[in-house]
Amino acid sequence: MSTAHQENLARDVPPWLFVSALVTTLPHVTHLPLWLSVLSGTFFLWATWLWRQDRRQPKRWLLLLLVVGCCVGILSEFRSPFGRDPGVAMLVIFMAMKLLEMRSRRDAIVLLMLGYFLLLTHYFYSQSIFTGAWLLVALWLVTATLIRLHATAMSAKENMHYAGQLLLQSLPFMLVLYLLFPRISGPLWGMPQDAYSGKTGLSDSMSPGSIANLVQSGEIAFRVRFAGPVPQRHQLYWRGPVLESFDGTTWRQSMGRRRAETIQHTGDVTAYETTLEAHNQRWLLALDAPVSLPADAALDGRLSALAQKMVNTRQNFRISSALNYQLNTDESPGVLSHNLKLPPGNNPKTRAMAEEWRATLGNPQAIVNQALRWFSDPAFVYTLQPPLLGPNSIDDFLFQSKRGFCEHYATAFVVLMRSAGIPARVIGGYQGGEMNPRDGFLVVRQSEAHAWAEVWLEKRGWIRVDPTSVVAPDRITNGIVEALPSGEPLPIFMQMHGGWLRDMRHRWEAINNTWNQQVLGYDAKRQLELLSRLGLPEADWRNLVIALGIACGALLILIMLWALHNAKPEAPEIRLWRRALRKTGVDCAPWETPMALVERLQAKQPALIPQMEPVVRHFLLARYAPDNTEHLAALRAAVASLPRRRPD
Amino acid sequence: MPVLNAANQIILGKETEVRLAATCLLAGGHLLIEDLPGLGKTTLAHTLARLLGLHFSRIQFTADLLPADITGVSIFDRERSDFRFIQGPVFSQLVLADEINRATPKTQSALLEAMEEGQVSIEGETRALPSPFFVIATQNPSHQIGTFPLPESQLDRFLMRIELGYPGRDAERALLTSGGRRTRAEQLDSLLTPEQLPQLQREVADLYAAPPLIDYVQALVEASRHTSVFRHGLSPRAGLALLAAARAWAWLAGRDMVLPDDVQAVFPSVARHRLSSAQGGNQASSTDIDSLLKRVAIP
Repeated sequence: MSTAHQENLARDVPPWLFVSALVTTLPHVTHLPLWLSVLSGTFFLWATWLWRQDRRQPKRWLLLLLVVGCCVGILSEFRSPFGRDPGVAMLVIFMAMKLLEMRSRRDAIVLLMLGYFLLLTHYFYSQSIFTGAWLLVALWLVTATLIRLHATAMSAKENMHYAGQLLLQSLPFMLVLYLLFPRISGPLWGMPQDAYSGKTGLSDSMSPGSIANLVQSGEIAFRVRFAGPVPQRHQLYWRGPVLESFDGTTWRQSMGRRRAETIQHTGDVTAYETTLEAHNQRWLLALDAPVSLPADAALDGRLSALAQKMVNTRQNFRISSALNYQLNTDESPGVLSHNLKLPPGNNPKTRAMAEEWRATLGNPQAIVNQALRWFSDPAFVYTLQPPLLGPNSIDDFLFQSKRGFCEHYATAFVVLMRSAGIPARVIGGYQGGEMNPRDGFLVVRQSEAHAWAEVWLEKRGWIRVDPTSVVAPDRITNGIVEALPSGEPLPIFMQMHGGWLRDMRHRWEAINNTWNQQVLGYDAKRQLELLSRLGLPEADWRNLVIALGIACGALLILIMLWALHNAKPEAPEIRLWRRALRKTGVDCAPWETPMALVERLQAKQPALIPQMEPVVRHFLLARYAPDNTEHLAALRAAVASLPRRRPD
Repeated sequence: MPVLNAANQIILGKETEVRLAATCLLAGGHLLIEDLPGLGKTTLAHTLARLLGLHFSRIQFTADLLPADITGVSIFDRERSDFRFIQGPVFSQLVLADEINRATPKTQSALLEAMEEGQVSIEGETRALPSPFFVIATQNPSHQIGTFPLPESQLDRFLMRIELGYPGRDAERALLTSGGRRTRAEQLDSLLTPEQLPQLQREVADLYAAPPLIDYVQALVEASRHTSVFRHGLSPRAGLALLAAARAWAWLAGRDMVLPDDVQAVFPSVARHRLSSAQGGNQASSTDIDSLLKRVAIP
């Protein structure tokens, strides 16, 4: 065996290795540091150039130097050798460098095994359909290369064909493993700790521009399927963080526990199922006001539904909400006074106007109406490109620029209310959503991020007031694209809002959604459901392992039965011949004739000749002569008289 | 085998090739010898003809050779006031077609038709050729100037194609010291009577080939069809040729059964001129043939 591994590589093998190395590493380019990608690419080109020119590969000391250099570079880039990113970077650079060290078959095998492992690492970054398809093709190519390494006489097409056959044969096992492999969450089984960075979404604070940035993203925040009729668009307020503390520029959540909400609801309850993308926060973005929540979630006293842990993987849950409700008519005085606080001294004009309203109107409801009337002035423009504001940002906005986005209107409104002595707060979340007619899911994107206000009125509790709906009614009824003034540049994905492009997008998103729901959404819970349907209720991981063993065993038995059924019964002389080879420990290639074998032994192991010669003679006679019964007996005797091989 | 021994006295250092040539004749097939000029092709043909006691004629193919120069012509006999057929050189038991690829395709096909049918049709009359009837054709590699390469369909009519190659060092030395071999070949005595050869051929054809061996021949032919290395696979005729040649090889080795070794020994000579490489337009390389053999497990 060892000699076969040290064999030099055939000249036509390296191109296969190059392609394998390329397909297994290429998608990592999207998140590797640029210098690493460039360096790996250079090594790759260097290796292909050496091959094309038929030149010697670099000396060992040079490679060692490069390895040390790369390791130092990676350590200084990531500051740690552990975790997903440095690990993957290391593997990618090693893969590229191994191409420079392709001397023997052993090197090629190392490279291919590294390739198989690298394939897995792509799932740390993406589990989309595209990644899945890419990795299947890559798996196919790497397997074909592995075959190429051992079967030099095959053509490229045959190689691919053979590899495809192998993969197809492994399909049943893949399905069984997918369905039955224990889905334990734990450090060994789960994703690396740093796998969740870079997920975007609402943040737990809001300063001017933060939502406007989010709106540029067409990424999907969550999908909702309603059990009953879909509520009207202007009712779709998905609540995220409740922002109660204001320091003059930034709104933040207030700390501290609140007592449970008192919600009185009238009318129907809307039930729906949300598939929430990872956003590294806890809120579940329920419709106001949620009346039933999943078991591992709770309201936080401000009507935001929170999960127990950060949502850092895609999650699926059911919620029911009452769209007509009264919230906390008995709100505690402490909370109310907290929602009246403003940083002292700033925005004097706003305060003066609010105080004037309070003096003249007196009635809180009238003050709210007055403020909304103020915003209905056509001078107020809804735009994604507001001008920069000074330190008294609310004054600047209300009296000078009058151009802003939902966060400007919501915050200005809340400051006005607090100045007029009405408890008020800013709510972050999403508003609206786009119905995908292909699969009936309501898709809510980051671009639907929104901010609105809530005021507390005597006997009526917290009431939602959305000043944006006064400035740009279209934002609420038709979505952001309709609300923006014409001529304002739109993010690319928003430009695809008409015709067949939108239809294509709907289709694609519906396919993705199915993938998420059906394939990626198969988690421990669904696995348990499936097992209990199969008659294995309360399956713990031990039962799973047993079920897995049984299923794989059954598959193997089926395959073996099938093979036995199709196999021709082996002739007795062949069986005896095999036994003779086993007993003497002689290797005989499938194409090697017994006579050629004897010739080879004569040169290499002449001691075996006296034993093998009668075996070969009788085997040939038994197999190829006209009448073989007596030769068969002679062969049996010759094989029986062979001494057992001494263990070496 | 006395014939082989005697032939090896003339063609020095080419035991395998001589044995292959004899195999071909024993299997009742035509032989194509391809190599550069001066390597002993003609001498080999000559030697075999003499040793086997066959009536021998030789046709030197040239660019202006006509079909009638091979098959013969009818000329008017004034005394008998009738046409009289003058047989051409093809009416011999062993025809040496020297440098067959120097003649035009039309002339080539006249000979090849005779090879296939065992008869010639001249002026509407079919005339049987003597039996046994062998053609040993020699050919220069087709990249030589002034050659018409044989088309694939006609190459298929030769049971085997062999190459002689340069002689070994010792053989060449012996050749240089003792002079050329052509005259010696012409002085050889025949070792077989004309009746013996057909009988030997029948013996060869009846040699036992076990089912596993026929499986092996079949597997080889199938493997040649299921690979992209060759443009076309081997034909059923090639399969028959392979088995016939393997039988003859086994008979020459003195066995009464065919072994996979026999198949492997004759396979390159039987298969290579029938297969063309899928990449270039040329004939398959010997490494292609070798790797084909190594891909097929012996059943």
